[in-house]
Amino acid sequence: MKAPLSWLNDFVDIDLSIPGLARLITMAGMEVEAIQIIGLPMPAPGSVDAHVSGLEWDREKIVVASILEVMPHPNADRLVLCKLFDGQQEHIVLTGAPNLFEYKGKGPLAKPLMVAYAKEGARIYDGHQDGQVLTTLKRAKIRGVESYSMVCSEKELGISDEHEGILLLGEDAPPAGTPLADYLGDAVLDVKLLPSYARCASMLGLAREIAAMTGKSLTTPNVERYTSPAGDFAEIEITNPDLNPRFVLGLIKRIEIRPSPEWVQRRLKLAGMRPINNIVDATNYAMLELGEPLHAFDYDVLVKRAQGKKVKIITRTARPGEKLTTLDNIERTLDESTVLVCDTAGALSIAGVMGGLESEVSDKTVNVLLEGAAWNFINIRKTARAQQLPSEASYRFSRGVHPAMAERGVRRCLDLIQAWAGGTAAPGLVDNYPLPPASPTIELTASDVKRWLGIDLEIGQIKSMLERLEFHCLLTTDQCLQVTAPDHRLDIGEGVTGKADLVEEIARVYGYENIPETRLSDLLPPQLGNPELDKEERIRDLLVYQGLTEIVSYRWTTPERESRRLLPTAPPDDKPYLRIANPLAYEKGFLRHSVLASVLDTAERNARVRERIALFEIGPQFLASEDSHGLPDELQRLAIVLSGPRTLPGWQPADLAPMDFYDLKGVLTALLDGLRLPEVRVEPGEHPSFHPGKCAKILSGEKQIGVFGELHPEVRARYDWPASFRTPVLAADLDLAALLSLIPAIRTTNPVPTLPPVLEDLAVVVDESVPAERVETLIRQTGGRIVADASLFDVYRGEKVGAGKKSLAYSITYQAIDKTLSDKDVAGFRARILRRLEQELGAKLRA
Amino acid sequence: MLEQLKEIERTALAALEAVQDEAALETWRVAYLGRSSPLMQVFSKLGALAKEERPVVGQAANEVKKALEAAFGSRSEMLRQAALARALSEERLDVTLPGRPIARGRLHPDTQILRELYRVFAEMGFQVYRSREVESDEYNFQLLNFPVGHPARDMQDTYFIEAEGRGDNPIVLRTHTSPGQIRAMREMAALNPQNPPPVRIILPGMVYRYEQVDARHETQFDQLEGLAVGPGITFSDLKGTLTDMARRLFGPQARTRFRASFFPFTEPSAEFDIECFQCGGKGCDVCGSGWLEIGGSGMVHPVVLQNGGYDPARYTGFAFGFGVQRIAMLKYGIPDIRYFWENDLRFLEQF
Ligand SMILES: [Zn+2]
Repeated sequence: MKAPLSWLNDFVDIDLSIPGLARLITMAGMEVEAIQIIGLPMPAPGSVDAHVSGLEWDREKIVVASILEVMPHPNADRLVLCKLFDGQQEHIVLTGAPNLFEYKGKGPLAKPLMVAYAKEGARIYDGHQDGQVLTTLKRAKIRGVESYSMVCSEKELGISDEHEGILLLGEDAPPAGTPLADYLGDAVLDVKLLPSYARCASMLGLAREIAAMTGKSLTTPNVERYTSPAGDFAEIEITNPDLNPRFVLGLIKRIEIRPSPEWVQRRLKLAGMRPINNIVDATNYAMLELGEPLHAFDYDVLVKRAQGKKVKIITRTARPGEKLTTLDNIERTLDESTVLVCDTAGALSIAGVMGGLESEVSDKTVNVLLEGAAWNFINIRKTARAQQLPSEASYRFSRGVHPAMAERGVRRCLDLIQAWAGGTAAPGLVDNYPLPPASPTIELTASDVKRWLGIDLEIGQIKSMLERLEFHCLLTTDQCLQVTAPDHRLDIGEGVTGKADLVEEIARVYGYENIPETRLSDLLPPQLGNPELDKEERIRDLLVYQGLTEIVSYRWTTPERESRRLLPTAPPDDKPYLRIANPLAYEKGFLRHSVLASVLDTAERNARVRERIALFEIGPQFLASEDSHGLPDELQRLAIVLSGPRTLPGWQPADLAPMDFYDLKGVLTALLDGLRLPEVRVEPGEHPSFHPGKCAKILSGEKQIGVFGELHPEVRARYDWPASFRTPVLAADLDLAALLSLIPAIRTTNPVPTLPPVLEDLAVVVDESVPAERVETLIRQTGGRIVADASLFDVYRGEKVGAGKKSLAYSITYQAIDKTLSDKDVAGFRARILRRLEQELGAKLRA
Repeated sequence: MLEQLKEIERTALAALEAVQDEAALETWRVAYLGRSSPLMQVFSKLGALAKEERPVVGQAANEVKKALEAAFGSRSEMLRQAALARALSEERLDVTLPGRPIARGRLHPDTQILRELYRVFAEMGFQVYRSREVESDEYNFQLLNFPVGHPARDMQDTYFIEAEGRGDNPIVLRTHTSPGQIRAMREMAALNPQNPPPVRIILPGMVYRYEQVDARHETQFDQLEGLAVGPGITFSDLKGTLTDMARRLFGPQARTRFRASFFPFTEPSAEFDIECFQCGGKGCDVCGSGWLEIGGSGMVHPVVLQNGGYDPARYTGFAFGFGVQRIAMLKYGIPDIRYFWENDLRFLEQF
């Protein structure tokens, strides 16, 4: 909402600087987003948060002046020469302003025209350039006439975009020579109102807050006229009071349509509204002033439509498909939730949102019927959205306007019309008020304030703070306040909610900055921590230790994009996606099914800037679910992607061989080892993302924790890698929740042996089909606690072992905790191990 | 004989003076201390000497041997030192050449800032509570005192998930982590419904707003909320807690500012700002007028307490929330919020 300072000053005496006022309003809960300066001194940089624009008028060089005579230009038809008095001397000033042409050659004017005059050296906006371009007035010869000063348009002064003619000052203009800033100087605050501040969506509402915060008194417009008796010029039927709690009509006859006074038009423009005529302007002015949107009907149109009967206003919801042409000349199709203001002949306007074309005030209007009403704010919000009709009226009604304002608005507007358009108001109003809002009484004590805010206030202080905001307070004998909200606000609840609402008002008046800062001293809850998170962070650390970089991706994708992670010939991922109903773009329209797909996408993008990729992500993937009240499953996954050289190239020889399956397996082994996972094993796997011979699954018991391997060449080819990026892509996809569930909370640590171990190499020949892991497992199982370590150090295939065979060589550490092992002890274990390997795997000791 | 020994010693020591390397030293050792050296010959001839002469010559020969051995030892050490000095002077590296590159892993800056926040709040007794990202309208809005159709919903532009027949309770991407407030309070209250235990948690996680993306606005971002509920929690505690946080994050001189505001789930509500650490509050390009807008806060609305299972007549609470990326951008000087989820390694490798 745009609030001109001069208008606020009608209701409260503001003696703050502009930055001071902006800060006060902001601290009270209404953010001042922008300030437009009109002629007044510009705030110092850094003194306000708001965006500041506008032009400061030099008090010496931009002044009020009077044009005494308008003379033709000797060489140019489209220019005139003005004889002008600036309070000190006369000047001849050149202008092309068309609104002076009617005075051309009329000799000395009986009534001088009061204008804004800029002298040589004044800084103003260039009227002939688009936007606001500053210029300084310099001496120049235009068509043979010397020019050094000018009469200004609104655009040149930064008041508006108006540049058709020069600004002609109103009847109330001060004498020539007065600094223009003293007459027209102003500042327009653009205030952002949060939903609970609907009461401030008017000059009076904002002024009331300023008065309360500064302790000044508030002057309210007199709206006590036209009270009785009840008018008989119309009747009102409200079909649904929930949607329309009140409807008020006033009538004014024999008005004369004409432009509003200059100052009214100026105020409306500063507040962001376009002046139309004195009637429409009066409704807008009253709305901006009080916050109650009003609507003016051409009464004679309604009388005609009533076909001789009394005008009857009916409010009801639209019939399905009902149509109405609104005053923007658009025929609108309405739905059943739209509330209409109708008469017996049909719809007149969309309630609270926009008037209809047929009954609007026109140049021919003589009698005006004025509507002030209260509407259900949720319904108005819905209608304004459905019809895409944000308006000043719907802005206010969709936030909630107290029904008491309907009557006040009509009365105030009748006064304004009478002042600006003449006419006679019919005696009394027609008022149908079926549903006054609840006005709860809230009991508030000093200890309530203490309980919420932590400050000690006397009940008397509390009372006076609330009274500054026009709350009605009654102090009972037991130091309890009985508080009711004033009839311009709907945001105060009842019971304990009402108490909290009042406490906020007290905090605002007291000043948030005056409330002390204390450290929590309340009961501390049991400190149980978050073990799941701790484990997850441990996984991150273990992967980062190994040189992997963590990523965090957007959760959205497309099925097409994600399908690239699978073989083109594989059965498609046919689980339904969670689809965003209102995505920013199709590409952001689906919640991902695969964290691995996100990591692959990231790898693909980074392959353009890096040849080595080592990435992981921990996060959810989303699957539609019938469980948990229709909410989807959010499956936490860990995905890893590796590709590129094993080490980073430098200036010395390095291992630049591409990472392969076993690099990834090494990472996973180190991870599982770091988590101390018990009994996890790896078996050959099959998966539509992976190379059939280079794919494995990780199992704990029968539960699969994850799958990993080298991407299938056909899958790899579905990504857009740069030509230079040729290395195999390794990937792992793990069930994070399963992984976390296996991590033991408590672990054990083996004693460090003090006795010397016996180290021995053992090579066995087995069939190619025997998985190496089986051999190692059997060695360890058979050796029991004596085999402290068994690590594979060579795999050999070739003539020496025969076709279809492989030799696996292990370095075995025999270690007893309680004795030094003899050669004989070791020989016994070795024999047992070999026997077991032979029996179970057909292994032979390699000669 | 004694004369001969003296001669042997003199000749040997003189020869040793000329020895300049290990090979010559070995040759010298063989020549003067070896089995067939003149000195050893003396020892082997001792038996042939007269009985009285034997001890005298023997002792003298031993002394010569000791002297030669000592001279050998010191010469050997001298040569080793010389050789070492030579070697060291030859093995000079260009220490300015780069080290062998290590493929260092990185935590995402988001994780780094979250961990810092976890630490700060853990020390104040706040524990981490996480909950789902796809929520029902009921949890995301209604239970948090955003009635259906209420204009307060305009404050949080929402992504909806396509779903049939859910009426006024559509599925949404959570617009804040606040649905977790209800979930956490209900879990805690279930432990002892008559007398629910106090709550002190932070709620981190990804949230979503339907908003065009630019350098300062993301449509997906991390939020961190705090919630403290108990029999005696006040607004002044809220101010103190957030000021402590500001000091931990931005230094012991950091100051906070609280402005009145509106959020449906708090009453009273406040925006909180932190004094700009770039300019010390004087006003600069980063902050405008000296204050950095950080987040929202307030006393938990009685309706929300009630919905969480806590009697608002007996319990009060405070809640606050802010964008985690905003904090990271300020602390790490990150110029563009879009960097976070784009995951360009040229960005991530700076952490
Ligand atoms: Zn600053």
